[in-house]
Amino acid sequence: MSQTATRAPAPPVARQPSAIQLGLSRAALETKIFFRERDAVIFTFSFPIVLLLIFGSIFADDLEGTGLNVSQLYVAGLIGSAAMTGFQNLGIGIAMDRDDGTLKRLLGTPLPRSSYFVGRALNTLFISFCQVVILLIIGVALFGLQLPSELSTWLTFVWVFVLGVLGSSLLGIAVSSLPRSGKSASAVIAMPFVVLQFISGVFIPVNQLPAWLVNIASVFPLKWMCQGFRSVFLGDAGATLELTNSYELGRVALVLGAWVVGGLLLCLTTFRWKGRRDG
Amino acid sequence: MTTAVRVRGLTKRYGDVQAVGGIDLDIDTGEVFAILGPNGAGKSTAVEIMEGYRTRDAGEVSVLGVDPGRPTREWRSRIGVVLQTADDVAEATVRETVRHFAGYYPNAKDPDQVIEQVGLTDKAGKRIRQLSGGQRRRVDVALGVIGSPELLFLDEPTTGFDPEARRQFWELIGGLAHQGTTIVLTTHYLDEAEALADRVAVVAQGRIVAEGDPTTLGGRATAKATVGWSEAGEHRSQETDTPTRTVLELAQRFDGEVPELTVTRPSLEDVYLRLIETPS
Repeated sequence: MSQTATRAPAPPVARQPSAIQLGLSRAALETKIFFRERDAVIFTFSFPIVLLLIFGSIFADDLEGTGLNVSQLYVAGLIGSAAMTGFQNLGIGIAMDRDDGTLKRLLGTPLPRSSYFVGRALNTLFISFCQVVILLIIGVALFGLQLPSELSTWLTFVWVFVLGVLGSSLLGIAVSSLPRSGKSASAVIAMPFVVLQFISGVFIPVNQLPAWLVNIASVFPLKWMCQGFRSVFLGDAGATLELTNSYELGRVALVLGAWVVGGLLLCLTTFRWKGRRDG
Repeated sequence: MTTAVRVRGLTKRYGDVQAVGGIDLDIDTGEVFAILGPNGAGKSTAVEIMEGYRTRDAGEVSVLGVDPGRPTREWRSRIGVVLQTADDVAEATVRETVRHFAGYYPNAKDPDQVIEQVGLTDKAGKRIRQLSGGQRRRVDVALGVIGSPELLFLDEPTTGFDPEARRQFWELIGGLAHQGTTIVLTTHYLDEAEALADRVAVVAQGRIVAEGDPTTLGGRATAKATVGWSEAGEHRSQETDTPTRTVLELAQRFDGEVPELTVTRPSLEDVYLRLIETPS
């Protein structure tokens, strides 16, 4: 095309939007789309509620000598589960994204790779947060859950939640490379998660589980997250229910922190952008 | 004329299979270049290497001056890739999706204009899941051009389309080409290559077996024509280098109208089939 005298001046070189901005944009889109898939929404939010209602009603015992009810234990455990939602969400979701062409499409655009993860992680954080809020409301309304009154306890809640969500999300991202296809992802990832919930003290209190099982569970973050949440909601009175008669918050922080680091390393080294068909 | 794509000695092998065995290409800025070939010929592999999706084993590739094996964000904002949709954006609406993707690019076009350009204005508010195959492919094109790319890649874009949808799609691509976008497409539809391409390369068994203008490919323009007619109740034909003289002779013989007269030159399909059969 020839240059003419009346040609408009070249547009100023536009700046690329930042990775964080695009991450937020992706989170907004992912969240909007999530709420449109009615089945997923219903299941994701009602599942922990249904579990709480079932277990809370079946095992409505008072815990000896503590003045506490076992349903409060379940709330803490289910909040731990909700915080670990990211593991399942991201593990399965990303495997499906790889399989259905989402990742391929994004790879062809100038979207920074980190933005994809930021988007997914924020979306997961939001969903986990919503689940926790719903659990708290039901816990308070139906099961006499006492919300903590001290700031320091709330702080504990926050760091356990944040570290737990972060570690689970990173682990979920890493594990999403495992399933061979999007279709098998649900089975491959959901099953270990269910098992993990049982052995980590979500449904069955840790002091009723065989020691060797608890040892296995202690490798993973969920047991420690639940422990941290129990310290928040069951307080000093409930400490006697723990295996070591204390909540070991220092150890909780250590294990969760280690999983964040470990999860990040795993992601950086094992993540597959391309499916098996894509060479 | 500047070169948009330059490929020399491109090779890629998967295990025992030599998918691409030494391809050389030059694609000029602003032209529509079609890569024709049967399935498994290596054309998709070659194009995916040019798009930066696959690594190559050997050879030089330069797309808009950049090696796609080391893609940068800046390079990605200058090329567009039209993929076959997937279920990846099923639950979002057309407008939401195009707008969202526009945000990735520093020089995005106006999303509503692009939606209009691909002919989806009255479907803009519909979820992609609700669109037909042809309409989804238009969304793919929209996503491919939203960033104002200098070069657009399309891989078998009209597979599975009915003839009307294909024609409409050709008009869309023709419009883009008219605006100066360099277009590289792969196809196994010969009429598509003929309708759209300025130049065609035929790929078979990982190599280029012919390259050039579709009308002269494989010596089409100068090959013998075939004159056909009906005589004494049966169809007859004659190959000739001078079809006009043959027709005139027939006209004299029949003293007027020659029954069921046809004059044909080898079609692109004839040439193509001959080219891909020849062991290279």
